[in-house]
Amino acid sequence: MSSNPFKPSRRDILKSSANVLAAGALMSVLPDLANANGNVTVGFIYVGPRQDFGWNQAHWDAAKKVAAIDGIKVVEQENVPETAEVEKVMESMIELDGAKVIFGTSFGYWKHILKMAEKYPDVLFTHIGAIWKEGDPKNVIGYRGYTEEPHYLCGMAAARMSKTGKLGFIGSKPLYFIYNNCNAFVLGAKSVNPDITCNVVITGEWNNPVKEAETTNSLIDQGCDVIVANVDSPKVSIETCERRGVFSCGYHSDLSSLAPKGFLTGAEWNWASGVEFVKAFTEGKPYPNLKRGGFREDMVALSPFGEAVPEEVRKEVLAAKQGFIDDTLQIYTGPLKDNEGNVVLKEGEVKANSDVPFKLGVKFWVDGIIG
Amino acid sequence: MLRSSLYELLEAVVLTTAAFALTLILFGAFVAYFGHNPLDVYYVLYLGSFARSISIENTLTQAAPLMLTALCTAIPARAGLLVIGGEGALVVGGIATVLVGVHLAGFPFALGILIMMLAGALAGGLWIGAAGALRQYRGVNETISTLLLNYIAIAILNHLISGPIRDYDQVLRTASWSIPETLMVGVLPGFDVHWGLVVGIVLCQLLYVAMRQTTFGFGVDILGGNERAAQLAGLPINRMVLICCFIGGAAAGLAGTMEVVAVHGFASDSLVVGFGYAGILIAFLARHNPMAIILVAILLGGISASGGLLQRRFDLPDATTAVLQGILFMMVLASNTAYGRLNFLRPKGI
Repeated sequence: MSSNPFKPSRRDILKSSANVLAAGALMSVLPDLANANGNVTVGFIYVGPRQDFGWNQAHWDAAKKVAAIDGIKVVEQENVPETAEVEKVMESMIELDGAKVIFGTSFGYWKHILKMAEKYPDVLFTHIGAIWKEGDPKNVIGYRGYTEEPHYLCGMAAARMSKTGKLGFIGSKPLYFIYNNCNAFVLGAKSVNPDITCNVVITGEWNNPVKEAETTNSLIDQGCDVIVANVDSPKVSIETCERRGVFSCGYHSDLSSLAPKGFLTGAEWNWASGVEFVKAFTEGKPYPNLKRGGFREDMVALSPFGEAVPEEVRKEVLAAKQGFIDDTLQIYTGPLKDNEGNVVLKEGEVKANSDVPFKLGVKFWVDGIIG
Repeated sequence: MLRSSLYELLEAVVLTTAAFALTLILFGAFVAYFGHNPLDVYYVLYLGSFARSISIENTLTQAAPLMLTALCTAIPARAGLLVIGGEGALVVGGIATVLVGVHLAGFPFALGILIMMLAGALAGGLWIGAAGALRQYRGVNETISTLLLNYIAIAILNHLISGPIRDYDQVLRTASWSIPETLMVGVLPGFDVHWGLVVGIVLCQLLYVAMRQTTFGFGVDILGGNERAAQLAGLPINRMVLICCFIGGAAAGLAGTMEVVAVHGFASDSLVVGFGYAGILIAFLARHNPMAIILVAILLGGISASGGLLQRRFDLPDATTAVLQGILFMMVLASNTAYGRLNFLRPKGI
């Protein structure tokens, strides 16, 4: 090539313009080709932002694990509301991105997933509610961890660290798993300090940072010195606790970085079962339609302890965790009363941690809960 | 006369096209700044919104509720009011639909749907109508009152679905009882878009005719142009304001009805997803013309439909589509100031 780049010959100009044209032509088909190289595409749909220090981030963590599988390409879409829109998003992922597996990571997607699963029987759909039942499409998986187990452990650490003997619990909606998480938190606390109490506030919304901050402040003002927030993103609550100098526990994913001083530990999901589902599906192996479990099934996790937690407390908590793994520790054991004095379980009566029908029906607060 | 209306049409086409072209250029610069080829991005916008039948279905599904909520701002705006209560009217419409719908088991399909639509429209209409009455008889600013009514409506919804009308069988969310399965309208035959689209288009056209071809519509335009003049002309201002508010609220209430009877089957916080607020934007972009609302709603529906694909293909944040909508909004508003100033288009003699 003779040419001085600043004085292109006519041939150079022709060549480069041909290149531009070719690039232009290629470009217009590129977005379609990008997915057609033998990879299996997996779509993740989030109801909020995936970097929310909470619910969606826990799923994003799983998405990263799925993306690490050979031959898997992950496409993601955030802020998809629980309306007809999510059906269109699924269709768009299936038809335009060629997705073969769809992860619907919000409760309200259920109805829409069932509809799409019938329309696209070759595509695998997963839903995080674990409410699949016989008769629902076979290409749907429901899965979910028992977060009450790590909440029990959080409660133990909380009771050991609390000076006032008053804990605080912020819940989003009056739903069964919020009741269970709070009950387990308090039962765990009472297992080390029977006199402990816990103030509960339900905000009524999945995500309302202003209300969560106000509630956190008000709980601290009432003397609570360990707070756990069961909302979509506990970030604001944990940061408020740190600023006010009280302890906090996390929920959903590892939030220890938010409060270096006051973070005790946290209840985490482990949604990595998604990796198994994707592998089984792509290799043509059988997969379950329903998967539930706690520590024993590795579907939940405990956040790393914060530096405030002394060694003997860590040991005690980890021993209890082993109890869940060995199935020697049950959360709901009699005698148990609710906070209105009604007997829930008689002396000697025990509910297994895997007793889902019982847990689905929980609509009471255990004794010791105020609110 | 003919030449001047031709001029008006030409003016609207030229200005709108210019606004769109400028929007695309500015948005192209925005994505180029983040290292993406603007042409690629435009192609994906087109792919996600109109290129395939599923893209078109996606676009129209997004557009359907927005047509109705846009009317909630547009119709009162023609009478000179700024109503931003579409979100609340949609919610009360949805609640009313459920409250009535759960008692309709065994009703014939068409009758059941009709009753639920009337219930939704009536609830939404009275909701915004109340704001109109507060303005006319008590001097309460309608913008503030409709904004606050949104929060009241959402609070009522939350109260009802977490207690009085809660369906405890829905374990994963707080939601109301469901209407009978036999009274769900579902999607259009052979085209996966729910019936809300048809309701939206029909209502927009009806209101276009009503606002253009009737003496009532003519009177409303006078009122919107100059209230004093309308008063001097002896127009029944209070009644006209109330009717406009009622119609607007009824349209948004119908949006709530359609969400319930065509999508969810129950009332839940899935009704509160911003349809009402998006409708305000559309009403302004359409300059409160019901016919233009159809087109603008489809356009914005297309933008949000392709927004997902933008996220997935280029890893752009979800807010990218909000940037595009924002630029478009600014450009269309800016182009409005140029109306009547394009002398080179103007034929001689007018």
